[in-house]
Amino acid sequence: MNTEEKILSLEKEMNALKDTFVRFEKNSAENKLAMVIFSGDLDKALAAFIIATGAVAMGMEVVMFFTFWGIPLLRKKEGKSKNKDFFGKMFGAMLPKGASKAKLSKMDMGGMGTQMMKTLMKKKNVASLDEMIDLAGELEVKIYICEMSMDLMGFNRSEMIDYPDIGFSGVAKFLEEAGTSKAQMFI
Amino acid sequence: MNDKIETVKSLDLTGFACPIPIVKVSKAIKEVNQGEVIEALTSDSGALADFPAWARTSGNEIIKSEKEGENTRFFIKRS
Repeated sequence: MNTEEKILSLEKEMNALKDTFVRFEKNSAENKLAMVIFSGDLDKALAAFIIATGAVAMGMEVVMFFTFWGIPLLRKKEGKSKNKDFFGKMFGAMLPKGASKAKLSKMDMGGMGTQMMKTLMKKKNVASLDEMIDLAGELEVKIYICEMSMDLMGFNRSEMIDYPDIGFSGVAKFLEEAGTSKAQMFI
Repeated sequence: MNDKIETVKSLDLTGFACPIPIVKVSKAIKEVNQGEVIEALTSDSGALADFPAWARTSGNEIIKSEKEGENTRFFIKRS
C-alpha cells in the first residue's frame, strides 16, 4: 500500500466511525423522563406530579402523556361543551371535572375519605393536585393528551385546562419521547 | 476559629412538603454564581436523603448540614 492508499483507507475508517457515532448519539437517552398517566385517581395523579416536578428539580426534562381515565384530570372545572352525542354527554357527566374532583383509589368511602385526605394534606402542607399542576406548568413540564381517548370519550380540546405547554398526540409521539428518555413510567 | 459560612441567599423552606423543598432549592441555585453558597432550612425529614441525592445529580455540593431542633439547615455551593 502506498501512502495515498493508506490515507484513503484511513479516511474510510474515519467516516465509518463518524456514522457510528452519529447513530449512537441519536439512540442514546437524553436526561428526560417520559410518563403515561392512565389513572384518574387522585393519589396516583399526585404521585405522578410529585415525581414530575421533582425530576425537573433534578435537572431532567419531563413529558407527561395523559390517556384514558387520566384525561378528566385536565378538564376545566367550569363550562359545558355543546354538540356532544349521547355517549359523550354520558362520559362528560360521569367523569370528574378536573383535578379537584378526582377521588382516592382506596378508602374513598363515598367521598368522605377523599375529603379527609384533602384536609390532612392541607394541615401537613402538602400541595394539592391543582397546585401541583400549576407548578408543573411553571417548571415547563410538557403535557400531551391522547387524541384517540379524548375522541372516544367525546371530549373537546376546549374542555381542557389552559396549561402553558399542552399538546395533543397519539402513541407515536409518546414512543418517540419514551425512546429518547432515560426513564419511563406508566401510572 | 471563625467557621461561619458566607451565603448569598437564604431560603426558609420550613413547612413545605416533598417535592417543594428541592424544587425551590434547584430554582434558587440557578440564580447565584458558581462558587457561591446558599443556605436552606427545611423541616421535611425526607430532605436528609433528598438534598444529597439532588446535589449529586445536579452536580452541586452540600458543604455542610446541621440540625436545628426538628429542622435541618443545608449549605449548598453552586458548582
